[in-house]
Amino acid sequence: MDNREVVIRARGLKKTYKDFAAVDGVDFDVYRGEAFGLLGPNGAGKSTTMKMISSVSQRTDGELTILGKEPNTQGPEIRAHLGVVPQKDLLDRELKVWENLFTYGRYFGLSRKWLKTKVDELLEFAQLTEKRNSKADDLSGGMQRRLAIARGLVNEPEILLLDEPTTGLDPQARHILWDRLFRLKEQGVTLVITTHYMDEAEQLCDRLIVMDKGKIMAEGSPASLIKEYSSKEVVEVRFGTDKNESAAKQLEGLGDRIEVLPDRILLYTEKGEELLAKIVDSGLNPITSLVRRSSLEDVFLRLTGRTLVD
Amino acid sequence: MDTQKAIRFGALRVAEYRFYSMSKWMTAVIAFGLGNPILYLVSVGLGIGALVDANTGGGGVLGVPYLQFVAPALLATAAIQGVMDEVTFPTMDGFVWDKLFFAINATSVSSRQIADGVMITALGRGLFTTLMYLGVLLGFGAIPLSSALPLLFSSMLAAWGWSAVMLAVTARLENDEGYFAIIGRFVVAPMFLFSGTFYPLEQMPIFLQPLGWISPLWHATQLGRFLAYGMPIETWLVVVHFAYLALMGVIGMRFVYPKFAERLSR
Repeated sequence: MDNREVVIRARGLKKTYKDFAAVDGVDFDVYRGEAFGLLGPNGAGKSTTMKMISSVSQRTDGELTILGKEPNTQGPEIRAHLGVVPQKDLLDRELKVWENLFTYGRYFGLSRKWLKTKVDELLEFAQLTEKRNSKADDLSGGMQRRLAIARGLVNEPEILLLDEPTTGLDPQARHILWDRLFRLKEQGVTLVITTHYMDEAEQLCDRLIVMDKGKIMAEGSPASLIKEYSSKEVVEVRFGTDKNESAAKQLEGLGDRIEVLPDRILLYTEKGEELLAKIVDSGLNPITSLVRRSSLEDVFLRLTGRTLVD
Repeated sequence: MDTQKAIRFGALRVAEYRFYSMSKWMTAVIAFGLGNPILYLVSVGLGIGALVDANTGGGGVLGVPYLQFVAPALLATAAIQGVMDEVTFPTMDGFVWDKLFFAINATSVSSRQIADGVMITALGRGLFTTLMYLGVLLGFGAIPLSSALPLLFSSMLAAWGWSAVMLAVTARLENDEGYFAIIGRFVVAPMFLFSGTFYPLEQMPIFLQPLGWISPLWHATQLGRFLAYGMPIETWLVVVHFAYLALMGVIGMRFVYPKFAERLSR
């Protein structure tokens, strides 16, 4: 990994608003061709980091280079090679689907002739060919997001930045979007994704940083983070809101680690089914129980003591 | 992707996009552009003009027919109205409502180029409206052809100064809150009435004349009257009229650029 080309380099990156440090001295590298994730709850500093990478928001302190350039002074030069998919799509709702792509391409100085072909190609990629003459305002949420992604690709960017790409979408729309992003990955496009969805981070990211309160809590691939910070499996049991605390006392010592949440108890173990059998044998009868593999949610819980949706 | 090509002419690309968006409702732009002058010509030219000219023994005002006297003010007003429509609501849309400026700023276009693009579009719209107005005035024989270019110049100078100041003000707004209605009723309407539009400003009581002195419309009107038919004005005052409008534009843009940069970096 380390001999690959670094396209984004951050050292001690900091962004403060008056006394509040939104991003508080973070270090990371993003390599060409990888899908890099910023995972964390709302307010963790992901979007602020993304704005600095997008070269629109200037850092307060630290170092940041994008494609070897300095974003504070070379913003337009850097942005010429970035594709940005903002959290809110920021489409021109009055223009037709194809016009949104075409006019956006013109900002990059792309010729009309070249864009005509490119727009058709992008519409096909975004599965919007049939909607090319619809107003952007008339598209569903999922379609608008796909259009925003297609728009972010109009300049054939070296790095595509996606800020919370599937927030607010229904499960079907999310899966269609993930499929499109997978294809981009296969084509070698460098992806930088912020998300507070652990499944999204696991699905899409080769490597990620877990952020909380402006700081990086951990860094690695989803699998390595789970291996390092959690057990292989998790047993989730519910005894009822009032009884979880008292049940937890009786469960102590059964798993490798125990987390008591307001609505459920999590027991971390290498062998989930065996542990669940032990719980039942001990005379405790949970209302519901579930054995699942560990996820990034468990990593985050371990690192911060909170869930991602707290 | 050619980086140098991408970062050049960003302002023109912003203007191209905004003109393209404007073309979607071109009928309305033309209707407003032509409707206003025709209404004014009928009411002011045929109504008040006939009355004034009849009572001055055909001498008009300051030696020219009444319609020719008011033409510089009407044209400058048309230009100001044209640019006003482009620097107010679309700018709020760009920053607040649809936030389209943020999408543009994510490309190789800089915040300064976006501001310049807005100004180019506004002045283009102002020019278009003024040209239509001029066409109607010439068509009705209200002004001689020789006045057309001088009046176009004075009107567009007013448009430049006014649009830069209004863009600077609009760029600072976090939301509308009826601001545009207030500007329309308490700034633009009085400006139209107290700028020596329908009669020389000197006819007003001296305590009301400062309203005209601070009005870009008065400066544009006086400059237009001087350039179009040689209304006698002292040279230093001609310089003041020109400098006032030009400086409004320069100072306005000095405030526009940093505000655009600050808002787009949030």
